[in-house]
Amino acid sequence: MHELALCGAIADTVNRHAEGQRVQRVEVRIGHFRQVVPDSLLFSWELLTDGTPLEGCELVIDHVPAVIRCTACEHETTLDMPIMLCAACESSDVTIVSGEEFLVSSIERTKEVC
Amino acid sequence: MGRFHAHPDGTWQTHEHEHGEHGEHGDGEHEQGDHGHEARDVGDHTGYETGRERVAVLETILAENDRTAERNRADFASAGVTTVNLMSSPGAGKTTLLKRTITTLGETLRIGVLEGDIATSLDADQLEGLGAPVSLVNTSAGFGGECHLDATMVRSGLTRLPLDELDLLVIENVGNLVCPAEFDVGQHVRAMVFSVTEGEEKPLKYPVMFHAVDVVVVNKIDLLPHLDFDVEALQANIRAVNPTARTIHLSATTGEGVDEWCDWLIETQKTH
Repeated sequence: MHELALCGAIADTVNRHAEGQRVQRVEVRIGHFRQVVPDSLLFSWELLTDGTPLEGCELVIDHVPAVIRCTACEHETTLDMPIMLCAACESSDVTIVSGEEFLVSSIERTKEVC
Repeated sequence: MGRFHAHPDGTWQTHEHEHGEHGEHGDGEHEQGDHGHEARDVGDHTGYETGRERVAVLETILAENDRTAERNRADFASAGVTTVNLMSSPGAGKTTLLKRTITTLGETLRIGVLEGDIATSLDADQLEGLGAPVSLVNTSAGFGGECHLDATMVRSGLTRLPLDELDLLVIENVGNLVCPAEFDVGQHVRAMVFSVTEGEEKPLKYPVMFHAVDVVVVNKIDLLPHLDFDVEALQANIRAVNPTARTIHLSATTGEGVDEWCDWLIETQKTH
């Protein structure tokens, strides 16, 4: 539901790093703990960039799985469901290893060739 | 490709270079799968005079929001006010609980409210006359209203509150179990109101919200005799997504259990 707002934040970040060049491609890294609907994000991106210097810029989503580590037995569990339990010993004393990512990881921009 | 092409009627076809491509992958076919790596480039640029350079950015998408949230937090600290971000789905009872809270704690804590709503002042109006300053933030600027408060909206609402004269500020977020969980607004603690009419499975369906909060207020317990609601199952589901969350069962309407909530607010105000 908030994908449009997120796209606004992505566009701001991209524009800060564009250095006046045309940006053709943006890669974002989004963890599974985040509530982002990929199609909504791509749709919002097109809507938001339409008529701006970022029009036509491709948005690519790199998904990061949700992984937790057990404090007791150090087992790492990749989650299909957001149940914060160690798959090995069922302890709930766990920390999140990955899946909360929410980054603009890179951009590809035009490079003038002399 | 990896792009969203909502183009049955051409509405979102905005890029000249895409027109020739559509035939290649079939109309309306969306290839954006679970792995963004599979996304393909939109065209061959090797023949261009200009090249591409890839620049690592590695910047949090919400960095700007988080910076503003830190500024809010600093303002709360210098004013000596403890801030609670109160979230829930629409109709769970945030406003009723707030009215009850202000009435109960009015003599103990100086409470202010920042009221977020997509539109209307209906909730803010309900809080009028209870002795607590209220700042209303409508989020309807832009595309039909944001579904959450962000740090900047809160910051603008703060200008209408006498922060120095408050002990406790409650930010009543927009009713929504998804988006508000993603936005730091500078609060010290997060609480959510969940009503027993919503169903025991909600923690599993909205795990990010339930995971994000310090306290889950289970509201409308006066309705339990009329409902087929499994309190134990709810507790288990909350524990599954947030093992450390505290739960407080109450009825904002009858007042049952509200003391425990108020005690938690007093304790939180002392420790933050």
